[in-house]
Amino acid sequence: MDPTQTTLIDLRNAIASKQVSAEEATRAYLDRIDTHNDALNAFRDRMTDYALKRARAVDTGEVTGRLAGVPIAIKDCMCHTEGTTACSSKMLEHYRSPFTATAVQRLEDEGAVILGKTNMDEFAMGSSTENSAFGVSRNPWDLDRVPGGSSGGTTSAMAADLAAAALGSDTGGSIRQPAAITGLVGLKPTYGRISRWGLVAFASSLDQIGPVTHTLADAALLTQIMCGKDPLDSTSADVPVESDLHDVDGEIDLAPGGGKLRIGIASQYLDESANHPAVTAAFNEALAVYKQQGAEVVEVDLPHTEYGIPCYYIVATAEASSNLARYDGVHYGHRTGEPTPNGANAIQHLMSQSRAEGFGSEVKRRIMLGTYALSSGYYDAYYNRALKTRRLIARDFDTAFEQCDAILCPTTTGPAFKIGDKADDPLAMYMNDIYTVTTNLAGIAGVSVPGGFAEEDGKRLPVGVQLIGKAFDEKRLLRIARRYERETELWKHRPAL
Amino acid sequence: MPDPAITQDDVRHAAKLCRLALTDGEVDRFTSQLGDILGYIQKLNELDVEGVRPMPHALDQHNVFRDDQPAPGLATDAALANAPAKDGPFFKVPKVLGEGGGA
Repeated sequence: MDPTQTTLIDLRNAIASKQVSAEEATRAYLDRIDTHNDALNAFRDRMTDYALKRARAVDTGEVTGRLAGVPIAIKDCMCHTEGTTACSSKMLEHYRSPFTATAVQRLEDEGAVILGKTNMDEFAMGSSTENSAFGVSRNPWDLDRVPGGSSGGTTSAMAADLAAAALGSDTGGSIRQPAAITGLVGLKPTYGRISRWGLVAFASSLDQIGPVTHTLADAALLTQIMCGKDPLDSTSADVPVESDLHDVDGEIDLAPGGGKLRIGIASQYLDESANHPAVTAAFNEALAVYKQQGAEVVEVDLPHTEYGIPCYYIVATAEASSNLARYDGVHYGHRTGEPTPNGANAIQHLMSQSRAEGFGSEVKRRIMLGTYALSSGYYDAYYNRALKTRRLIARDFDTAFEQCDAILCPTTTGPAFKIGDKADDPLAMYMNDIYTVTTNLAGIAGVSVPGGFAEEDGKRLPVGVQLIGKAFDEKRLLRIARRYERETELWKHRPAL
Repeated sequence: MPDPAITQDDVRHAAKLCRLALTDGEVDRFTSQLGDILGYIQKLNELDVEGVRPMPHALDQHNVFRDDQPAPGLATDAALANAPAKDGPFFKVPKVLGEGGGA
């Protein structure tokens, strides 16, 4: 078998049954990275020697587990004691973490082989990877287009089969948007499902780690392994992890008395003038699949959806301005080489200059916006009003989930855009998150599944469909999504490289 | 909500609060871009949020306590390993006090 042309679970089984060794599998991926990474810029840092050492430990039986020998890529905002954790920022270019993120550690505890760190928008701020200090990553379906963001290195790597599975993080759509436009499965779990310990913080009330994979079964397995309470993250939820969370082909528990699966649809996501025809077609086909399987379609109302973006850009930037205050040029990270004047302003000069040199423009813009929104005289008008709007958005979902089991909608309004098309217009870039941010604000779960293709410039460009579920309901959400995946199997399409 | 017409002085003030040295060109550009973004954010004014409880967090939890048990922490050399400048077991910063400041 070719270990790079498969799924996480099939590769895991092949290694377990000695059809292929962990070292052979790891070398196959490392070779593929060597061949394609120059064109894709998917990996920011490779952990070649470490990966081979881990793979050999699997082959000798020293390392075992449910992921034994499976090569996995992690996003550059996840701490690992091996290599550097740069958040694709000049600020952290040489940063070596003294610890490993809990989510990554749990994968390694099950025998995963970590291949390296994938490129991203600096500090996860962006929708294209064009904000990386290490250059843009490319979409394997069309190298002139972005792979989405901020987890765009992750999706570029996965779509090109440079890893068997990968991790992303999602603050406003940063797993689901890039997964949708590269033809992959991307899950943003419920807030608190997976520990954020060792995830470099952007907006702490929104950030969540999740898997990017070819199939829902792969995503479910990784989720089951990563989720659960972590004493190192007080916001990780003490909610039991179902022993059959990984089994996406299992029965869907339906509301007592109802009997039928109820799929919610909301007019706020279905404006045909806003959505690309391929997005509309993918949605309609998914809806038809559910209807054909006997699901009941319920119209739900999410009236505050249009306030999601303005609400998000206050909440997220306010939290970012606070989180990124830690980069001071003193404890770790970039420090200016400029001579600092002695005297009372010395420290302020050192910090201001180090931050000016270490951060890119989108990060500066967001720190500025968040600082302004929290500053004296504006706090109530901006931040507090945004928090109240956030409550209204969360209530919309509470009401909707009294009427349905999951909400079906597009993940994005269109396929991947061209590199440079939105780079000079921050507001246009922010609109990429229009169908994903409300999920983060409400703290609930959303998954993007391959939905088909748009045709642009003679290229096939993937689009996704999204299913949104209530908090801590990933098991049902993934099983519901699987009903669609099983009928379409669109994940089997791979880009020609 | 206040007038979204953000001025260069507002931008310079925010930059000072968040310790960012900006060039004149950046002040120009951020004034215009932040003005556009804040203008868009005025959309939140369309909503009546009177009496709505603010939602700072998805989980309704407040203080989380753990048992007060001693456990190993980060060793000094590990904590200093990424420091841009250090002196023995300390982070090193430029001299803060001027002549005659005393310490």
